Amino acid sequence: MRSRFQQGLDELKEKLLRMGGLAEQAIDRATEAYRTRDSKFCQMVLTGENAINDAERDIDELALDLLAMQQPMAVDLRFILAVLKINADLERVGDQAVNIAQRVLDLISEPEIPLPVDIPRMADGVSTMVQRALESFLDGKAEVAEAVLQMDGIVDRMKDEAFVVLVQKMHDDPSCTRQALDVLLIARALERIADHATNIAEDVIFWVRGADVRHGGAHYRE
Amino acid sequence: MGVGIEVRSLKAWYGKNESLHGIDMTVPANHVTAVIGPSGCGKSTFVRCLNRMHETIPEAYAEGSVKVGEMDVYGDGSDPVEVRRRIGMVFQKPNPFPTMSIFDNVAAGLKLNGFRNRKQLNELVERSLTLAALWDEVKDHLHKKSGASLSGGQQQRLCIARALAVEPEVLLMDEPASALDPISTSKIEELIFQLKQHYTVVIVTHNMQQAARVAELTGFFLMGNLIEYDKTEKIFTTPADKRTEDYVTGRFG
Amino acid sequence: MPNSVAAATPRPLSLWRRVTDWGATGFAILAAILVLVPLLAIFVYLVVKGFGSINWAFLTQTPKPPGEVGGGMANGIVGTGLILAVASVIGVPLGIGSGIYLAEYGRNRFGDVIRFTADVLNGVPSIVIGITVYSLIVVQQKHFSAFSGGVALGIMMIPTVARATEEMLLMVPNVIREAAYGLGIPRWRTTLSITLRTASAGVITGCMLAFARVAGETAPLLFTAFGNQFWNLKLNQPTAALSLQVFTYAISPYDDWHKQAWAGALILILLIVGAVAAVRIVTARGRLKGA
Repeated sequence: MRSRFQQGLDELKEKLLRMGGLAEQAIDRATEAYRTRDSKFCQMVLTGENAINDAERDIDELALDLLAMQQPMAVDLRFILAVLKINADLERVGDQAVNIAQRVLDLISEPEIPLPVDIPRMADGVSTMVQRALESFLDGKAEVAEAVLQMDGIVDRMKDEAFVVLVQKMHDDPSCTRQALDVLLIARALERIADHATNIAEDVIFWVRGADVRHGGAHYRE
Repeated sequence: MGVGIEVRSLKAWYGKNESLHGIDMTVPANHVTAVIGPSGCGKSTFVRCLNRMHETIPEAYAEGSVKVGEMDVYGDGSDPVEVRRRIGMVFQKPNPFPTMSIFDNVAAGLKLNGFRNRKQLNELVERSLTLAALWDEVKDHLHKKSGASLSGGQQQRLCIARALAVEPEVLLMDEPASALDPISTSKIEELIFQLKQHYTVVIVTHNMQQAARVAELTGFFLMGNLIEYDKTEKIFTTPADKRTEDYVTGRFG
Repeated sequence: MPNSVAAATPRPLSLWRRVTDWGATGFAILAAILVLVPLLAIFVYLVVKGFGSINWAFLTQTPKPPGEVGGGMANGIVGTGLILAVASVIGVPLGIGSGIYLAEYGRNRFGDVIRFTADVLNGVPSIVIGITVYSLIVVQQKHFSAFSGGVALGIMMIPTVARATEEMLLMVPNVIREAAYGLGIPRWRTTLSITLRTASAGVITGCMLAFARVAGETAPLLFTAFGNQFWNLKLNQPTAALSLQVFTYAISPYDDWHKQAWAGALILILLIVGAVAAVRIVTARGRLKGA
């Protein structure tokens, strides 16, 4: 096997997993910030964003070089394409974590109001999805990726419920509109993260099986 | 216009050595089909069986059915010479006839088969050289320069023109660009792409990127067997057989 | 200070290597000279001894009776030409044909036998060939003839032409033949029009070598062409030949004839050289740029 090429592929995988770790960390810190109402966690998320953006650039460059110089085929080609897409999704996850942190900062500056939405539980579910998706990438296991696809429905329902509840709350008690909106936006950001985790899982399946399972179908090459 | 090729149960031997173990393959008309595989896999042998060149090697023979359009290549009463007239071949190393002029090289297949009409010869030679993208470069030296005085890339295009002059329906190319520099290679590949409008092209290549660039269909050979045969995009993005995948990703061969 | 400059200058060759280099070169030059010297010596000697005797009479008259001064070898010049023409008509086609067989179809046991036979024939003394042709043709026909002389010389040409043709055909790369087969050209046509044509320069050289060799043969003509004092242009009569006349004159007791023998030998050499040169010029003109 072409060792230089293999080294490149290994490096690409390692860098992506490390970036995934940064993204997971950002989600966890944002969640912790919501739970503890401690602005220091928000700061950590905001400053950690730079590392994620740098990683995205780095991975794109390495992938481009491998494509140009090594003429990869078949599974190797699919792998690099998957990495490029997962790269973009992880960067967006970082962005959404920043959005959550910013909403939490706003919440902290307002009086605390109890809201009937279990954000930490939703965040746990989303965090698990991201974790499993990255695991499936690490091990190259399509079945684990498929499990992630199943979980997306649950998170969507949670967001829809939160929407209904919070709209009702805003209607009943206009004085807490600001907080309710913040929480709604946080729920939406979490739902978006779940979507990105789903994308990552679909990309893994494409890499491993060569099947395009996006948008609900399973499309194998004719 | 080109014709399709039907191959059924083709076997080939070198003396007692069976080197092709029953190949089934359908090559569609007016397409470029590539045959890839590691050294010694039988791809060259396969292609040389299509126009009965295989049996020109002492103690080599082939069995099975090859139908090129309506012509049964190995049928009873089939004449190898006639078969080779209708199936053209271009070889790995450019091999123009060294003592003949450019014109005579291109016309060789016609003249040596009794074709005498001067005017038609001139037309056919010009047409063949134009098809081979060589006309402009040699039109002023047709009778003065010998075939061997051209550069490598030009020689190969001369050989292509020579093969096209006898108006075959199928063109077989055995690693036609492997002895050439990148620019000549690119010209030949461009040429192959143009040729498929009029001919059916089968090209043997050990350069996978070349197969990917020029061929619509690709067949992967390994140890005398056809392992996988499908659209080129499929072979190179999601091959069905692990052996194919190992080969195209460079893990062996 | 960078010491890379010093490192870049190559070490001078050792004395031993230079000496052996000069020695080998000198040996090669010496060998070339040694080969040329006898050739030049013969030629110069011939010119010195024979040139004076070449005159118009020599070139246009037949020999005078023994003892008389004058006369020439005109009939011998023409006779030699006639006999060599017959020899070429026999030797060249048969020789090339055998060469083609050996190269293209004879890579087998039978071919080896033919090859061996040709080599043996090459070594048979020319006088033996002369005697054989004598008993086969002259005795049957009951007369000497230019034809039988041509046959004898033709037989001697065959092995040289055949072997040279075979060698040159084998040197034609197989890809050339394959290119021809690929065009649907039958094997026999390929051999004649492509392979032989590609090898033509070497084959012609082989024919010239054979021609030059037999042109000077004397012994086989002793019992076949026999020689003739007078003009003869008929193939079935004894005919004069330069080599025969040189032989006869050289062993004669007459001074005049000795001088004429030198002249005859010189003319013979000049004719051979001229024939070879003419063929070279004609074939070179036919060659293309870059071929």
